[in-house]
Amino acid sequence: MAMTVTRTGPAAKTAAPGSPRRAKNFKSRVLVPYAMLAPGIILFLLFMAAPIVYTLFLSFQKKKVSGLGLGKNSQSQVFAGLDNYISALTDPEFTASVLRVLLYGVILIPLMLGFALLFALLLDSRRTRAGNFSRTAIFLPYAVPAVISSLLWGFLYLPGVSPFHFVARQLGVELPSLLDPNLVTFAICNIALWGGVGFNMIVMYTSLKAVPTEIYEAAKLDGCSEVQTALRIKIPIIAPALVMTALFSMIATLQVFAEPTTLRPLANSLSTSWSPLMLVYRDAFTRNDVFSAAATSIVIAAATFIISFLFLRVVQKRAFGQEN
Amino acid sequence: MTTTAIRPKPTPTTAARATELRERPSFLSTGILILGALYCLFPVLWVLAAASKSGTELFSTFTLAPSTHLWDNIVELTAYRDGLFWRWMLNTALYAGVGAVVSTWMSALSGYVLAKFDFPGKAGIFKVLLMGVLVPGVILAIPQYLMLAQAGLTNTYWSVLLPQIISPYGIYLARIYAAASVPGDVIEAARTEGAREMYIFNRIAMPMMLPGLVTIFLFQFVAIWNNFMLPYIMLGDDHLFPITVGLNGLLNQGASAPALYTLVLAGALLSIVPLVIMFLLLQRYWRVDLAAGAVKA
Repeated sequence: MAMTVTRTGPAAKTAAPGSPRRAKNFKSRVLVPYAMLAPGIILFLLFMAAPIVYTLFLSFQKKKVSGLGLGKNSQSQVFAGLDNYISALTDPEFTASVLRVLLYGVILIPLMLGFALLFALLLDSRRTRAGNFSRTAIFLPYAVPAVISSLLWGFLYLPGVSPFHFVARQLGVELPSLLDPNLVTFAICNIALWGGVGFNMIVMYTSLKAVPTEIYEAAKLDGCSEVQTALRIKIPIIAPALVMTALFSMIATLQVFAEPTTLRPLANSLSTSWSPLMLVYRDAFTRNDVFSAAATSIVIAAATFIISFLFLRVVQKRAFGQEN
Repeated sequence: MTTTAIRPKPTPTTAARATELRERPSFLSTGILILGALYCLFPVLWVLAAASKSGTELFSTFTLAPSTHLWDNIVELTAYRDGLFWRWMLNTALYAGVGAVVSTWMSALSGYVLAKFDFPGKAGIFKVLLMGVLVPGVILAIPQYLMLAQAGLTNTYWSVLLPQIISPYGIYLARIYAAASVPGDVIEAARTEGAREMYIFNRIAMPMMLPGLVTIFLFQFVAIWNNFMLPYIMLGDDHLFPITVGLNGLLNQGASAPALYTLVLAGALLSIVPLVIMFLLLQRYWRVDLAAGAVKA
């Protein structure tokens, strides 16, 4: 390029020695990038950092009622120590919601990622036909928001509407309703599976496409079957993508909210504290107790971080071992 | 899982067969994919049929059999409280469309600076950003509500738009795209010509990053359109609702007035149509490589 003739660097233009040059240098090296980052930094501080600090602050506060609690100044906020945390962690409703979500995650994540991986590998296989149609169709539910998909599946679960119940009735069998208390977890898993499998498939498929095909040619010459290639070469190569999808799925699982909230009008078995996040919502807005809601949110966030870091630590050596 | 389509797992015998049948089409793998596709299309096909039924037909005729009342249902939905449904649709377009455009521009700017400038504190900012990617939204929604309430902004369009503009993941992606697609000497050349930094970004760097920015836009659009909890918490006035919160409320009322169910289903159908169209048109921009940057970070 013509650039090679001119001196490079913004400072090169003001070649005068001494302080003007340093001032210019400071301006271009520090002020300009920070000015350009300012909108991002301000929004980050306002809508991410400040809320986190504020939640921490609230989680250590409690309401103090003096006298009969009737006058305007009879209620005040006082330091609560760890009270909110203790009551959050010992609250049987919270424990129950955590257990429900753990069961939900244990069922959902392996199924979702397993099917996503299977579909991605099949799409990548040269012996598969109708790939474009299938890829589009499987990815499509990602465009449907969780509320709408919960609504659609919610109706499909109703025994009066469900085609599966219809077929079973024709055969003289009465299927149990998926909205029953002990099956509703599976009902929610299915909604999340439907919404999530396509996105994860695309992530895995994208990283499969990035692999140079010579590797496969070499494997084929060595007599590797397609399944062997998939198991021994493709899956290890896309391991980083698998790790990231697993991580994002776990974070999303802990925050499940829209699906059970939308299903509630159709399924009486779903309590207002079905998931930890629903419990937080109920405490904050139905019971007007932002302090325990704050403590519970901190517990959920901390658990998310701990699980993320533990998971990354466990898999890091395997997935990213070659990097270091 | 009992109600979903059943997809057989590949059997070990495929390994043996694959060696013989090399490039020939495989019925098994094509079949599995088609089953997966049918499972994913099924609720969409069902709502197409269900939205065309009258209230009595919904629970009496075979569930996948279409009827003739689609237009009636749409008319009735439009009449519901003077076209409230269409207002929800417009609100959703505003929240997701405007929100995603602004968010993409800001992510692009921040990512570009982080990729192309060397300045003190850069490593620290990037670390905070990466942690921001992992911050669960749960911890933010309630304090965001309380803080916006102090500012008198809850129950306004701002309360849903503003918190969703900052996207650590979008910035992270933009940084990768900027590093890969904007050559440093182009920026230098523009600077020696005397171009101002924002001009360089808006007129030179942004067009180079455009394909990546479409991906960020789509990500952000879906994230906002999918975010149920934030508008659910922030908004009380149903004229400000996005479609998700609106339909959720309608479904709740349907529990006591089942006549509303047909409206809910027609609404669900109408609400996914624009998104599905946008999705199909922009499909090639979905090159999601979550891991590419993560490995190099």
